[in-house]
Amino acid sequence: MKKTIQRRLLTGALVLMTALVTKPAHAVNYQALVDADVKKFQGYFRKEFPDVKFEDYGDGVYALDEDARKQWKEMEEFPPYELDVEAGKALFNKPFANGKSLASCFPNGGAVRGNYPYFDEKRKQVVTLEMAINECRVANGEKPYPGFKGDLAKVSAYMAYISRGQKIDVKVKSAAAYNAYMKGKAFFYGKRGQLNMSCSGCHMEYAGRHLRAEIMSPALGHTTHFPVFRSKWGEIGTLHKRYEGCNDNIGAKPFEEQSEEYRDLEFFQTIMSNGLKFNGPAARK
Amino acid sequence: MGISRRNFCKTIAGSAASVAVLAAMPGKLMANWSDKAFAADKLEDAIAAKYGSLPIEESTAIQIKAPEIAENGAFVPVTISTTIPGVTNMSIFTPANFSPMVASVDVMPRMKPEVSLRIRMAKTANLVVIAQAGGKLYRVTREVKVTIGGCGG
Amino acid sequence: MKIKAIVQNDAVSVKMLIPHPMETGRRKDQNGVLVPHHFITEVTASHNGETVFHAEIGPGVSKDPYLSFQFTGAKVGDKLKVSWVDNKGGAETAEEAITAM
Repeated sequence: MKKTIQRRLLTGALVLMTALVTKPAHAVNYQALVDADVKKFQGYFRKEFPDVKFEDYGDGVYALDEDARKQWKEMEEFPPYELDVEAGKALFNKPFANGKSLASCFPNGGAVRGNYPYFDEKRKQVVTLEMAINECRVANGEKPYPGFKGDLAKVSAYMAYISRGQKIDVKVKSAAAYNAYMKGKAFFYGKRGQLNMSCSGCHMEYAGRHLRAEIMSPALGHTTHFPVFRSKWGEIGTLHKRYEGCNDNIGAKPFEEQSEEYRDLEFFQTIMSNGLKFNGPAARK
Repeated sequence: MGISRRNFCKTIAGSAASVAVLAAMPGKLMANWSDKAFAADKLEDAIAAKYGSLPIEESTAIQIKAPEIAENGAFVPVTISTTIPGVTNMSIFTPANFSPMVASVDVMPRMKPEVSLRIRMAKTANLVVIAQAGGKLYRVTREVKVTIGGCGG
Repeated sequence: MKIKAIVQNDAVSVKMLIPHPMETGRRKDQNGVLVPHHFITEVTASHNGETVFHAEIGPGVSKDPYLSFQFTGAKVGDKLKVSWVDNKGGAETAEEAITAM
């Protein structure tokens, strides 16, 4: 049962990749291929949890467990991340040495969460919000923020907060974009680390179930609500920080903030949540 | 709930002057942080340091709203309330922590006898809430399971 | 500190979130050095010069203390004054206007 989903999807991926090699590039509708994957992926969860509303997947474990949900609602009475959103707003508008600020790089007052991640066709790579924040700083003569937490997470929290409700609709239009998507997909379904586990093993097959004292969150909706104030961290942190911790937990090699591996994974995961809304920042255990 | 100011003052700071000081000088270090009670490392000692030797009885008129299984011991959301008339103080204790006394809330005349806060619990343990009304103490106990301790572990 | 004071039915519902490390004195930092205790010891709120909330707290209260209570006898537009002190002599006072639902 555990191996079936992985094997099926990996086989499907291999079949598709073979098909791509033989077909002329202009004839392949990459978006259609991706949409088929999304339908299958989301269909898996609809079947597993028939009583959970699609929109609620953005709340992760709290859509599946009542006691945990109550505690989360209590935190939401006055969420700890409100302090970070305020700090992030100040940082967003703080002038650089050259007089510009992060506000100069992002339209709409910074309410652009819905535009990320996207595949940059010119540079042939996935661009995430955190990457764009630091690229803006570097382009204006400032040092990039260190990864995982602190100011980077606070600015991201502010931009996520004012973008709440924006729909997730990540596009895959080219062979290069599809390539990045497939890399992220392979990461998600591939086994890794000393414990030889995959993201899908815990977050699809064990979603909603206990693994020791933890309830596994469903992969659908994973990237909608970042950055998060994790009670465990006692502070706000980025999606890539969460990836790092998770890889570390299973004895697998962790990657850096904004590494290609994590950007491709974020790309894949966000696409799998197409149709949901961005609802960050969030409080988590 | 509606007790006379004089009786109320007797129970917290011992004089009307103290209450005026509290209200007028909020920026200064205030008197009466129950040092001994917060410093006690045993539940019984903390209760005794806070309330002296007043008689305690169990009560069903105190409510504790807390999770069954706390997601994280560093942030356990708790709401305590009571319907006991004439309550002047409600305090929360837990033997989960090296310092069992967590918080003490004086129920002011215009305040509803209910407070919510987030507390730390180092491990699975009881939450003990004590309410003082007149010369008596009332107690309720409730277990909270903790999966990850809240003391930085 | 962030304060929300909203009229709800016959009372004012107050929620506050106070940034503060609430160090227990038993935590070691990444170099293995014990971080000294540093926590809020008292929180007070007053309306029209009258104390409507008074709590003594200790390191058993979570980092960035959250406290919520309700009190009567105030209306929209009135000011609520909140103060805290910690065990190192740190203190803060803030005022917040009471708003409607």
